[in-house]
Amino acid sequence: MTVRSIRHGDASDGGADAVGGRLSRVDGPAKITGAAKYAVEQQLEGLAHAVLVESTIASGKVRAIASKAAEAAPGVLKVLTPDTIISLRTASDWFGTPPPDKPYCPLARDITFSGQHVAAVVAETFEQAVAAAALVKVSYDETPAIVDLSDGKAGDGIPVDAMTKEWGDAQAAFASAPVRICAAYNTPREYQAPMEPHGLIARWEGDHLTVWEPSQWLDGMARTYAEWFGVPFENVRLVSPYIGGGFGSKALALGHGAVAACAAKMLGRPVRLVMTRPQTFTGYGGRAATRQTVTIGADHDGMIQSIVHRGVNETSIDGMWVEPLGSVTSIMYATPNFSSKQNVVRVNSVVPGAMRAPGENPSAFGIESAIDELSYEVGIDPLEIRLRNYAEQDPEAKKAWSTRQLREAFAAGAERFGWARRTPEPRSMRDGNQLIGWGVAAGTYPVRRAYGEAIVRILADGSVEVESSSIDMGQGTYTILAQTAAETVGVSADDVVVKLGDSRFPRAGVTGGSRLAGVMTGAVHKAATAALDQLVGLAISDPRSPFHALQANTLVVANGRITAPRGDGPDVSISELLESVGRDRIEAVGDTMPANSSAEDRYKNYTTIAMALPHTEGDYSRHSWCAHFVEVRVDEDFGTVRVSRVVSALDSGRLYNPKLAESQWKGGIIMGIGQALLEEGIMDRRHGRIVNNNLADYLVPTNADIPDIEVISVGIPDLHSSVLGGKGVGELAIVGMAPAIANAVFHATGKRVRDLPITLEKLI
Amino acid sequence: MRDFAYLRATSTEAARQAAALPGAMLLAGGTTLIDLAKCGVAEPETLVDITHLEGLDGIAVDERGAMIGALARMGHVADHADIKGRFPAVSEAVWQAASAQIRNMATIGGNLMQRTRCPYFRDPSNFSACNKRQPGSGCSAIGGVTRGHAVLGTSEACIAMYPGDLATALVAFDATVHLGERQLLVDDFFLLPGATPDKEHAIEPGEMITAVEIPASAAARRSTYLKVRDRQSYEFAAASAAVGLELEPDGRTIRDLRVALGGVATKPWRARAVEDALKGKVLEPDAVRAASLLAVEGAVDHGANHYKIELAPRVVARAILTLGEAA
Repeated sequence: MTVRSIRHGDASDGGADAVGGRLSRVDGPAKITGAAKYAVEQQLEGLAHAVLVESTIASGKVRAIASKAAEAAPGVLKVLTPDTIISLRTASDWFGTPPPDKPYCPLARDITFSGQHVAAVVAETFEQAVAAAALVKVSYDETPAIVDLSDGKAGDGIPVDAMTKEWGDAQAAFASAPVRICAAYNTPREYQAPMEPHGLIARWEGDHLTVWEPSQWLDGMARTYAEWFGVPFENVRLVSPYIGGGFGSKALALGHGAVAACAAKMLGRPVRLVMTRPQTFTGYGGRAATRQTVTIGADHDGMIQSIVHRGVNETSIDGMWVEPLGSVTSIMYATPNFSSKQNVVRVNSVVPGAMRAPGENPSAFGIESAIDELSYEVGIDPLEIRLRNYAEQDPEAKKAWSTRQLREAFAAGAERFGWARRTPEPRSMRDGNQLIGWGVAAGTYPVRRAYGEAIVRILADGSVEVESSSIDMGQGTYTILAQTAAETVGVSADDVVVKLGDSRFPRAGVTGGSRLAGVMTGAVHKAATAALDQLVGLAISDPRSPFHALQANTLVVANGRITAPRGDGPDVSISELLESVGRDRIEAVGDTMPANSSAEDRYKNYTTIAMALPHTEGDYSRHSWCAHFVEVRVDEDFGTVRVSRVVSALDSGRLYNPKLAESQWKGGIIMGIGQALLEEGIMDRRHGRIVNNNLADYLVPTNADIPDIEVISVGIPDLHSSVLGGKGVGELAIVGMAPAIANAVFHATGKRVRDLPITLEKLI
Repeated sequence: MRDFAYLRATSTEAARQAAALPGAMLLAGGTTLIDLAKCGVAEPETLVDITHLEGLDGIAVDERGAMIGALARMGHVADHADIKGRFPAVSEAVWQAASAQIRNMATIGGNLMQRTRCPYFRDPSNFSACNKRQPGSGCSAIGGVTRGHAVLGTSEACIAMYPGDLATALVAFDATVHLGERQLLVDDFFLLPGATPDKEHAIEPGEMITAVEIPASAAARRSTYLKVRDRQSYEFAAASAAVGLELEPDGRTIRDLRVALGGVATKPWRARAVEDALKGKVLEPDAVRAASLLAVEGAVDHGANHYKIELAPRVVARAILTLGEAA
């Protein structure tokens, strides 16, 4: 999709062209006016509609599928079952691990969770498909399910050795510590709940497949489709113009996509399949439920001697998801002795997936609650105890931080929040029936780095065009890439057109783990610099150029005009220069891959996550950091918790666009409020099924639940983390919000809630 | 989502006749019916659209009371100056219900016909047992996820909670529902589940709600609707109370008290025991809190909804005391 920046006329756009300016989202007007066309809104000739039939048991086998009535229903084109759907090949995983040589069927005979795709009905209209799908009768041989982590049949699970982190002698140091804290912290299944449900349109033309689908990773999903159908990667085109929220859930090609692409191939017609809202709770995984035990041994001054951490997350019967629960535990505080181990437990669930800050988010709920408990145990202010145990270097990697503005975050947040006025005793602040509590917690997220590729064209009219197969799911890619190209070439952002969301464009890796901005601003900067060099080179050396006689070494390009450095020559526009030298465009491809990278390396980089650089590569450990200060009001009689004030100070390095970064931070904070107080997949244990599978019953915050949120940037450019000095933004701010709220609830009420969400019955 | 016939009624009489036919249902704002059709719960053969009928959306308030037409939109009722002035609990109940978008569509008559949010009722493809949907099929909720289920007025056949706010305020102030010529107390309009949870309202085929009438009273004029819920907006009550208070001229003795509960019962729940215990007494916090416990007399929990038994009396007490303070 092509997006050209449009001026909003508000003050926020003033001086916004350059990187670091507060340019408003350039895709905003199209979304607000409805002009933005999302993936499944494409109008295609001959479009057929597919509707999924899902398992109603959590464990067992499909005995039979009675589909005659559905086949005979009006408008029905095909009923797909495990017996009638075409056979696919198993695709590699997102690390690019070669797949087992066996067929893949996106419709299940063996049922491992409730809501599994069993069959699909394709009809001329959506309504016909829905009506016919209700006529498909599936019978089962049911077996007992393991419904969740607390199920007696679940067991202790499988140790994940790669998650083990140990130094010193944590057990012995804990045993001899004068102050000991030990508590268990649980988080429930949570769901990404994007506004735009998952869905796609698939169309085959010969052995070429086009898929219109909201995607956080065009090249990765194209690879999966190609491998499923055994066609060359180049034959698959993914188009993903706008994405109505992903939060981690739209990075991979999923079973429903395979069903739609199979149906399109079998029928020789384009097929649309959109999940219902309830299906978005079982068609792919939300955040895995987790359990952690955190023990801290400390001295009476609150200095940590030992941390022993044990974590468990659920995964599915036949898939593996590891939610790294020790990720924050091991780096937030300095400790001479440390041990963290993790198991995964198989339950009858869809395989869990990535949801905003996977790993760091629940990890922070454990350690940031536990250190708060320690602060009360030793009688030291919760902010002070964090500063006393400040990690001056990465305690795990034993490397210097690239940048760590966490002390600055604590200081700026505390100052703005008024933390010094806090009275230490729980239940010591009150307003009528409302108990008031103030809590603090820190968060962090690693800087994930990879490589990107972009093309930058300077066109005859003086405008600049950027193309990349990266995407914008609301975080602002269109906008910051326009700013990057504008600043680098020397034009106004108004004169930059950014095209994203088509796998035919120069490639990009996954949009996840807060890596895209750093990767793509780097690639666009490089391509734009190359294009500028060509432009200036032409202006200096082409005999037809008005600058030719000047014999200058370089020229200045600014505001779309070219001048000599001392202003002693001609002053021409880019388009005049191009016309004078007889060129209709200048074009440069830039990528940040290491020189001499093979074609195979490039393919691997863009279609897997195997080439991502470790955040501790080289001499430094790279992370974003934040400190949240939260005020809650708890009604003493009703147990209802309302967040009344949030001040967060965050270190994401240099901000490419502060307005958009602040918006993402606030989004993470709001999602953290939901996680702390509202969000929970509620299981019917008899059926192994989540029953609150809709947006009326799965509660996310409304505007009325959200107070004014103040965010403060304390970052400084971090050139170890990215070309332009930014660190991660999008994942960071949710990390630490839930413990900050739980800590505030303890301060308000004296009750420590260690199981999220903090609902009213836990407090009355 | 099967095919259905759509019929636009041209008169109240025509609407009644059309709706009396088997498989026919009245369509007003559609905020419940279309939702239930999407869930596969409602499968009407004919929809009789009454939204174009004239003269049914009026709101008239005078010293005798309020007459609200069945097609008046929730949003209009909530914002109506005389409703706010003479029946604050009614306005508050309505504006705290649903979302602004839904209130702009939903009608008062349709609001009274709102069905339960019981997740088992709403998911026929996964839970075949539901006595409300399919008499005699059993109750999937009992023994399942019950956090939002009723603790008052339940039966062995059904524990589904009545989710509405408006009707809670209506029963507190002895409102009546007009079914053409027939009039019924709202309290009598809603039925306990008993052995027939499929029968939720005392409305017969061929009848249609035409208006709701609320008699004026001093207690209604000094009234409030307190809604406690997990989320601050767009969420059903964990427990709510519609309360009206009239004091004697001494300013401290309770002459009249109205109390109804929402979010805890199988129908809008008038708590007369609380009213009777406090009428004639001095309004005083300890007495109010003690009497409020009577609101949940006979309550039965099903595990996860036990908190409602704790919560509801606290909500009642807070509402009464808040009204008392506002003297």
